[in-house]
Amino acid sequence: MPIHEKSLIRPENLVTHEHLVIDGVDVSGHWSTFITSRAVTDYNEQMEEEIAALPGGEFIHRCWQCGSCTNACTVNAINPDFNPRYWIYLIRMGFEDELLRDKDIIWQCVSCNKCTYACPRDVNPEGVMKATAHWLELKGHTEKKPSTVFDEVFSEQVFATGKIEDGRVLKQFFARTGQSLIQDWLVALVRSLVSRLPVGLMMKLGLATLFRPRTRGWDAASAAIEEYVSECEAAARKALRLDVQGAE
Amino acid sequence: MSGKYKQVAYYPGCALEGTGHAYNRSTKELGKALGLDVVELKNWNCCGAMEVKNVDPKLQTYLSARNLSIAEAMGFDTVMAPCNGCYHNLKKAEYDLANDPASREVTDQLSRKAGHETYKAGKVETIHALDWIKQAIGEDGLKARVRNSLKGLKIANYYGCMYTRPRHIFPEKDRGPGSESTWKPHFMDDLLAAAGAENVEYPLKTACCGGAHTLSDSDTSTKLVLNLLTTAEACGADVIATECPTCHTGLEMHQVRAEKVFGRKTTVKILYFTQLLGMALGLSARKVGVPENFSASSDLLRARGLG
Repeated sequence: MPIHEKSLIRPENLVTHEHLVIDGVDVSGHWSTFITSRAVTDYNEQMEEEIAALPGGEFIHRCWQCGSCTNACTVNAINPDFNPRYWIYLIRMGFEDELLRDKDIIWQCVSCNKCTYACPRDVNPEGVMKATAHWLELKGHTEKKPSTVFDEVFSEQVFATGKIEDGRVLKQFFARTGQSLIQDWLVALVRSLVSRLPVGLMMKLGLATLFRPRTRGWDAASAAIEEYVSECEAAARKALRLDVQGAE
Repeated sequence: MSGKYKQVAYYPGCALEGTGHAYNRSTKELGKALGLDVVELKNWNCCGAMEVKNVDPKLQTYLSARNLSIAEAMGFDTVMAPCNGCYHNLKKAEYDLANDPASREVTDQLSRKAGHETYKAGKVETIHALDWIKQAIGEDGLKARVRNSLKGLKIANYYGCMYTRPRHIFPEKDRGPGSESTWKPHFMDDLLAAAGAENVEYPLKTACCGGAHTLSDSDTSTKLVLNLLTTAEACGADVIATECPTCHTGLEMHQVRAEKVFGRKTTVKILYFTQLLGMALGLSARKVGVPENFSASSDLLRARGLG
């Protein structure tokens, strides 16, 4: 069943007729504004399947559109356009063009899991948001979003050494996203801390950035993880038919 | 005291060795003051936090399974994690290993390649630092040991996301009287009240601080944190008590950022619950790492005769 979305009422879809008579009734003027009829012909019939093939998206088919996810959503409360229920509907219907209108905000899911807590159908909407954000990137609809860059910086350290060092994560993330470390608030934060911190502890923290903390005997685990990650990447590319497209 | 959780394996995690070192210090000092033993997991690895699951959730399961296998090999049946992220991921791994054959298969395959025993669900219980104090000492035990009461210090108890959500990975919660609630958690409230605090009615106990995007989507995080801070102040709180290094650092960072970037100043202080309990037991502010917090709370604490 179609769900009537308020979002279809957009300026470009509204028509006001100067002179229009329907069945003998004059419907001219702004008091009888029409929404242009539309015929959708370009359904993306693979979209749901492809997103379901990415980690987190597996249970999208369970959704019965109750809206508990959007009702509970942290990000929706500060941006009403952030609407997981609606996106799941679009994905399942194959309305790719409609989904792409929101392509630059889907990555902003903060993973608070309120949706997953509230969902009566175990859709795991949080996972669906991540899978959808990855789908948009893999398909080339968006560039790599900052959250993906952060995930990569973080995960690379874990896979290589077994641990992360938060100062290093911060520095690498700022470098890869082209941001300066000299930001007002960051400087203020460090300055206030340095004025109070015991010298011994500062030395210890400084040393941690020089000598990266690592898990002893991690090499075998690291190799196994890297191998598994490449398998996952290959599986995702296959599910999204990316290599087929590349060969054309 | 039942002797339960008197000695537990301790999983500090990466954050407690970095920005959350005050939490690490205060947790250990609190344990010592209460006569509880913590034995750090040998050679532990990162739990994957909120990032590795976005590469593949089964990898995060493996990372936690490795830590649980270490606890088992060390002869422990309980591992205590003070960090919400670590705690959540260990619980999630436990749930997935019990319920998802694909997670079991990947964990087994990676464990064999990495050269250690595959962890099997049900061998080790994961608890949070809150469960640890609540079960091993309890409110009455704590009351008997308080030497420097928090004297009605007004506290908003902030639990964050990962301590209660999603609820299916915490089968021991929501079990009626005495158990923790995922909807309205109260373990921290109970302990701080026993130490003499006055807990304010704080409706955002389990709201999100935006920790997963604290750097990658800073404006969203600042808005979420500002909401937490202003609400705590509106509820009359002097202090927000935390139980997660990501929330704690997020609150501190974005309190400064809200002032610098949005021009919104708030004055509520942010302290780990372990720091507050430690000071109530008579430990000094320095001993529980108060000077290591970004949020400068010494003036307030001195005025209240604490630390």
